[in-house]
Amino acid sequence: MEKLLLRNIEAPNSHTLELYRSRGGYRALGKVVRELSPEQLIGEVKASGLRGRGGAGFPTGMKWGFVPKDSPKPKYVVCNADESEPGTFKDRLLIEKDPHAIIEGTIIAAYSIGSHTAFIYIRGELVYGANVLQRAIEEAYRAGYLGKNILGSGYDLDLILHRGAGAYICGEETGLLSSLEGGRGWPKVKPPFPATHGLFGCPTVVNNVETLAALPWIIDQGPAKYAALGTEKSKGTKLFSVSGHIRRPGVYEVEMGYPFRQFLEQDCGGVPNGRKLKGVIPGGASMPVLRADEIEGVRMDYESFQAAGTMLGSGGVIVMDDTTCMVKAAWNIARFFAHESCGQCSPCREGCHWMEKIFSRIENGQGRKEDPDLVLSISGNIQGNTICPFGDAAAWPAAAFIKKYRAEFEAHIAQQRCAVLASE
Amino acid sequence: MAVEFSPEARKRFAAIVGGYPKKEAALLPVLFLAQEEFGYLSGEAIDYVAKIMGISAARVYSVVTFYTMLNMKPIGRHHIQVCRTLPCALSGAEKITAFIKAKLGIDVGQTTPDGKFTLSEVECLASCGTGPMMQVNDAYYENLTEERVVEILRVLK
Ligand SMILES: Cc1cc2nc3c(=O)[nH]c(=O)nc-3n(C[C@H](O)[C@H](O)[C@H](O)COP(=O)(O)O)c2cc1C
Ligand code: SF4
Ligand code: FES
Repeated sequence: MEKLLLRNIEAPNSHTLELYRSRGGYRALGKVVRELSPEQLIGEVKASGLRGRGGAGFPTGMKWGFVPKDSPKPKYVVCNADESEPGTFKDRLLIEKDPHAIIEGTIIAAYSIGSHTAFIYIRGELVYGANVLQRAIEEAYRAGYLGKNILGSGYDLDLILHRGAGAYICGEETGLLSSLEGGRGWPKVKPPFPATHGLFGCPTVVNNVETLAALPWIIDQGPAKYAALGTEKSKGTKLFSVSGHIRRPGVYEVEMGYPFRQFLEQDCGGVPNGRKLKGVIPGGASMPVLRADEIEGVRMDYESFQAAGTMLGSGGVIVMDDTTCMVKAAWNIARFFAHESCGQCSPCREGCHWMEKIFSRIENGQGRKEDPDLVLSISGNIQGNTICPFGDAAAWPAAAFIKKYRAEFEAHIAQQRCAVLASE
Repeated sequence: MAVEFSPEARKRFAAIVGGYPKKEAALLPVLFLAQEEFGYLSGEAIDYVAKIMGISAARVYSVVTFYTMLNMKPIGRHHIQVCRTLPCALSGAEKITAFIKAKLGIDVGQTTPDGKFTLSEVECLASCGTGPMMQVNDAYYENLTEERVVEILRVLK
């Protein structure tokens, strides 16, 4: 398969403007600012079928179209480079190896809504990535791709790199905006949506790194070429980050619709050490786990993962072999969410801690008979009752672990110990 | 010593604030700057930041306590942060943490008596394919083994 998103990363000095330009970089931007009106640009992105790669899969062109054209307020674009979903490390690769693709994509997005100030919000821990991006931004300014009168078109844009300071919830778009406004990363109730009431109450588009990095190729090669890839509802290619018990972990670019089993077994080399697959989380830790017997026939696209009872999410594929204790895995994820809940909504704040405590006691031999059902009921009470989708993201995986590996939870409770770890 | 920016930091402060469309948006970068200058964000440092940002100390305090990278207590010269989240856990993070604990003679959350190392466990650092991994100050160390940890700790001054 021809690589779109990972086309540059193996070239030496792929992070430099020189290399990026030698491969056709910023050609799309030239076309956009000289030949396309914002409406035409939005039309092209709609025609490509591109959907957001931050987790929810919302159509990108449609999102841009929601921004009011006649608003007297300033408009903002924010590139979401907060990448903190456990199991996900694809954006970091693009940030470190192909920063100009992200910058060019951000400028294109800003042009589509008539924004003159854009931000890249990068998680604070990625110091190296922030330095790479900052240097690339400075190169882009010097070359006339940013600043006043971009490429002689009369269009102006400033791009500000902003570092987060350690909080998963700042990846959620309204939490991100609160953080960028100088506050705690507290999500806000939607509606109103950022498209009309975003940063400082102004119309704002938030897009993921991978979404934005796909734009230069789409504009340069034409939306039809992109839409020819993938499936009916999932167009183009997607990055998957693969981790856990797998022979060749790493970031893979996959045409949407690729068979999941083949991907795991052939592309990634399968489970190592003669072990067997026990389960796999396909879309980052907030998505329901699939048992080994459930991946047959599943394809790597939005519809197929959904039909299998999980979601494509961020494409963070976490592989677990048969040495894995599923109670411990569930506990680990629950602990993550308990640690990261922003605390605004009581079902999320209390529920996450409660679920963590229950998983912990089951794993440590103090589980009670009613505990599995208790987790299911807490999970059910969180879902749909919170300000932001973090609540669901915490509730789904907990319930899925119990439903899919119930016998293992019950054995822990009956024997008052962890049988998997004891057999090591 | 009164808590106040050096002339150099004052210049950087002005540049940071000038880069944002609204001053309050510059709070996080200003707090990073303050942390760099003062080592950690003491009560006095928080009051100082509130004053130069023109916002209440209570607001600054609520922001500082929200983010894991902002420290209200002094920490060691080298902040060792081992990722404990599922992908790293599947790759053996627990053993690495136990090894570092034994090697440094401290628990998670503690600092060595010479002030050289602080050990923390943190959540996913977007490096899951190369676990177990840790961050020490700004740098990532991936595919950790006990031997590699020994070497890394030896080199850190
Ligand atoms: C709890 C939570 C965490 C999220 N973390 C991220 C993240 O780290 N990066 C990201 O791009 N989107 C993240 N999202 C999704 C964003 O809210 C938003 O949908 C996305 O940035 C929009 O960009 P897209 O349309 O290009 O996908 C998260 C959502 C939730 C609910
Ligand atoms: S659902 Fe959780 S993370 Fe989201 S706003 Fe409520 S408490 Fe915060
Ligand atoms: S789980 Fe450790 S870096 Fe992601």
